[in-house]
Amino acid sequence: MSAPSGLDPHAGSSRTVWSPGTRRVDFGRRVLVLRRRRVAVRLDWRSVTVCSVLALAVACLAVLALMTGSYQLSPGQVVSALTGGETGLVHDIVVEWRLPRVLAALVFGAALGVSGAAFQSTMRNPLADPYIIGFSQGSYTGALIVILLVNGTYWQLAGGALIGGIATSVAVYVLAYRRGVQGFRLIVVGIGISAMLSSLNTWLILRADLDQAMAAATWGAGSLNGISSAQVAFGAACIAVLLLLAAMSSRPMRQLELGDDAAAAQGVRVSATRLWLIVLGVALTATVTAASGPIAFISLLAPQIGRRLTRTAGITLAPAALVGALLCLAADYLAQHVAPTPLPVGIITVMLGGGYLGWLLITEARRRP
Amino acid sequence: MTDLALRRPVGSGTGTVSGPRRRLIGLVVALAVLLGLLVASMMIGSTAIAPTVVWDALFHPSNDIDQFAIRDFRLPRTIVGLVVGTALGVSGALIQALTRNPLADAGILGLNAGASFAVTVAVGLLGVRDIQGYMWFAFAGALIVTLMVLVLGSNRRGQSPVMMVLAGLCVGSVLSGAGSALELTNPDAFDAMRSWNAGSIVSRPLDMLWPTLPFFAIALLLAFAVSGPLNAMALGDELAVAQGVRLVRTRILAIIALTLLAGGATAIAGPISFVGLMVPHVARWIVGPDQRWIFAYSALLAPILLLASDILGRVVMRPGEIPVGIVTSFVGAPVLIALVRQKKASGL
Amino acid sequence: MSTHTSAVDGPSAAGDAPKSTPSPSGSRLHVESATIGYDKRVISRELSVAIPDESFTVIVGPNACGKSTLLRGLSRLLKPSAGQVVLDGADISSFKTKEVARRVGLLPQTSIAPDGISVGDLVARGRYPHQGFIRQWTEADEQAVLRAMDQTSVTDLSHRLVDELSGGQRQRVWVAMVLAQHTGIMLLDEPTTFLDITHQIELMELFTDLHHAGHTLVAVLHDLNHAARYATHLIAMKDGHVVAEGPPAEIVTADLVHEVFGLRCLVVPDPVAGTPSVVPLGRERPPAAPTTETT
Repeated sequence: MSAPSGLDPHAGSSRTVWSPGTRRVDFGRRVLVLRRRRVAVRLDWRSVTVCSVLALAVACLAVLALMTGSYQLSPGQVVSALTGGETGLVHDIVVEWRLPRVLAALVFGAALGVSGAAFQSTMRNPLADPYIIGFSQGSYTGALIVILLVNGTYWQLAGGALIGGIATSVAVYVLAYRRGVQGFRLIVVGIGISAMLSSLNTWLILRADLDQAMAAATWGAGSLNGISSAQVAFGAACIAVLLLLAAMSSRPMRQLELGDDAAAAQGVRVSATRLWLIVLGVALTATVTAASGPIAFISLLAPQIGRRLTRTAGITLAPAALVGALLCLAADYLAQHVAPTPLPVGIITVMLGGGYLGWLLITEARRRP
Repeated sequence: MTDLALRRPVGSGTGTVSGPRRRLIGLVVALAVLLGLLVASMMIGSTAIAPTVVWDALFHPSNDIDQFAIRDFRLPRTIVGLVVGTALGVSGALIQALTRNPLADAGILGLNAGASFAVTVAVGLLGVRDIQGYMWFAFAGALIVTLMVLVLGSNRRGQSPVMMVLAGLCVGSVLSGAGSALELTNPDAFDAMRSWNAGSIVSRPLDMLWPTLPFFAIALLLAFAVSGPLNAMALGDELAVAQGVRLVRTRILAIIALTLLAGGATAIAGPISFVGLMVPHVARWIVGPDQRWIFAYSALLAPILLLASDILGRVVMRPGEIPVGIVTSFVGAPVLIALVRQKKASGL
Repeated sequence: MSTHTSAVDGPSAAGDAPKSTPSPSGSRLHVESATIGYDKRVISRELSVAIPDESFTVIVGPNACGKSTLLRGLSRLLKPSAGQVVLDGADISSFKTKEVARRVGLLPQTSIAPDGISVGDLVARGRYPHQGFIRQWTEADEQAVLRAMDQTSVTDLSHRLVDELSGGQRQRVWVAMVLAQHTGIMLLDEPTTFLDITHQIELMELFTDLHHAGHTLVAVLHDLNHAARYATHLIAMKDGHVVAEGPPAEIVTADLVHEVFGLRCLVVPDPVAGTPSVVPLGRERPPAAPTTETT
């Protein structure tokens, strides 16, 4: 028996001359390495390119959304209004009227994308997002109670949605907890609680008078109608902090993809990290939902589309955020300007989501004939 | 034909498995409970009515006001509950056997979404106003969408459970989006849909039930006819083929039966959740893995659950009522959660 | 025929292992009368085991004897409910998790390679305990990954996707990942299970090379003959406690195998390496040719 040839330690290095500092790891794709003083980062070339293109697309779509409306503006007018070059009507239209909604779509979309990425990565399930653990039904219940029983203000509504959604998520997590939380159990408990709350919501809607019920249902579909700049500013500030926290957790998150044991052996505190990522994901979705109602499917789609565009292993946050922003902006544009009557943005995202699943099915069927 | 001895030993935590004799006794007990509930369903309501009056109302009709209440309201409601319950129970058992997925019900095939969307269109765009009118839309919607899901979820090798679920989600989302768009811009449609979506067996006249009975009868016969082959398929397609089961024919017959049953039930009562999901579970827990017994038990246990939930809905907020679809999900969801917390219950 | 040239014993490879200051007790990692188990189910009670420094320790025993549990305890994946695991003279739970990960590496029984990850990327994930939020990919990281891939001969596969590799190649990539972690001690949980015989031997040879290069290795193995041939220190476990430990040549006897596994066997010298080799006798049958064997 002779020693297997593959064991020769120099087999790998025979082609390249071994000299420290010149050889580079071949990742099978182009990488950008930046090393300055204390900073040393490795970026994936394709991801950087894709993210840049996505950012550009988001910017263009935002300008388009600012131009469009009953009073059409030119791109030049929009840009000069944004940079403070306009006064009077154009300034009012762009900055006071249209900008809050566009910003809301952009920021909320990014938040939902990152939220979904955190969930799909920690649960290793491409169909996971905070809404599967009952968040949307719970927040809808909270909002319905505020709208129908208290007839409250916007901020009370946001509070009710927040409390309802978070209480539901906590209940689902606790009910699914049995020596740790397992993905499948979490999903099934989420389905159960969602079904119950959805029945409760149906019943609340049934007992309300028609106008109130319709207003509540519009909220429940997820709508950016009539959002004010104060509301957007508050939501965006919360989301900015949460996104920063998410970015800081992205390394342990990617490490978790290797399996719990491998991650733990490399110094990741597995349970704590998983819980923290779920909390971050819920907090991001909660902020959006409180402000606009549950906007479905963006958190589900954005990470998957981002991953397919960048072709990275596992889910990364930046593309998910940008795709989320793009989807939400596009959906809101369609809901406002293309649909025969203005619709809640959530209706468009639901249909986009259905289309995505259909596309997934068709490609799946083609791959395995 | 499958022989019981060919089956895997049932040691995998499926609960108690009783002998044929005890299963038969159980069936008789279930039948007795069901009869009791049928009577109770006529007695209990916003006003309680004595059993003697119920008896008179059915067999010695007079112009007594309580008798009217029974003949015009409680009797139709009870019969509708019986039929709808049986249909939902058997359809749930069928789809769980077919997909080998203990969490499947007709809802995951997009059936509710299809029925719901069809009713929305009927009310919102075509101006249909009464429940008898939109029953047929719901039925057609359910059938068409289930067919679409099956086509979308199939490839040349047949249907994979995962792809069917995805297809159901896909069609369901598109239709629910389109449905809400219609509802939110049309107050009439919204008003009609909010009560239809709750799922109820109230004020469904018996005239509405009769034309659907032939469908149900055919579907039930089909279901029991395929229960044997489905037993074999529980062991995997290859073993089933080895035992002489014709897979494609069995699947198609089962799908026809379950679509007729679930579609018909939903057309009459609106979406009622958890009955089709829970009842086959409980049945499997009592009788073990034999589909023939599961079907028989499901056919009895489901109307028991439905009628009991309906009675509960009349009692808890008297004189108001909670639609039965809402009660069933409040009864069913905790059971589902308890099941999934148990480690091995029925293959969960 | 038996040209067992130890493949990595050149100076370049020997200098690779992270130098650890040998501990006074001769064991950087040991378990002191620990009770280890899952939840309420105790697997091992009052267990004391020391891993000799710079040894290739192999833990053997029947299924569910607590060998993997011991490994999980050693790697801090399981916290003992009583007693302690000592690393470099202090309770392992008193270290920060990343600090432990810089000293002890683990190849778990099951790991998940994310879809579409390349070999280089996967091995680079092993650098996690050495990295921070703004220091994600230093020159040291790069060199450690290259070295780990050289040692496991996967450098040529670097650009390939892990999903495309054979089982043996994939396992070498995972070993490379643990190597890149640059720890003095490496724990390996059933590293050869699911591999065919050629890849099992290839992997065992690789471990021996790493051991010669200065690593302390602790492996849980199923195959007694592999254990006896490659280990420098053998720990035999049964029902959660240690039955025997020491160099294989001293402790592997027919009596021990019978005591630990309940298997009747002959122990003969391995014709190739001279290490003890276990030949099962089978059930209730006398050895085929007792006259020639017992002389």
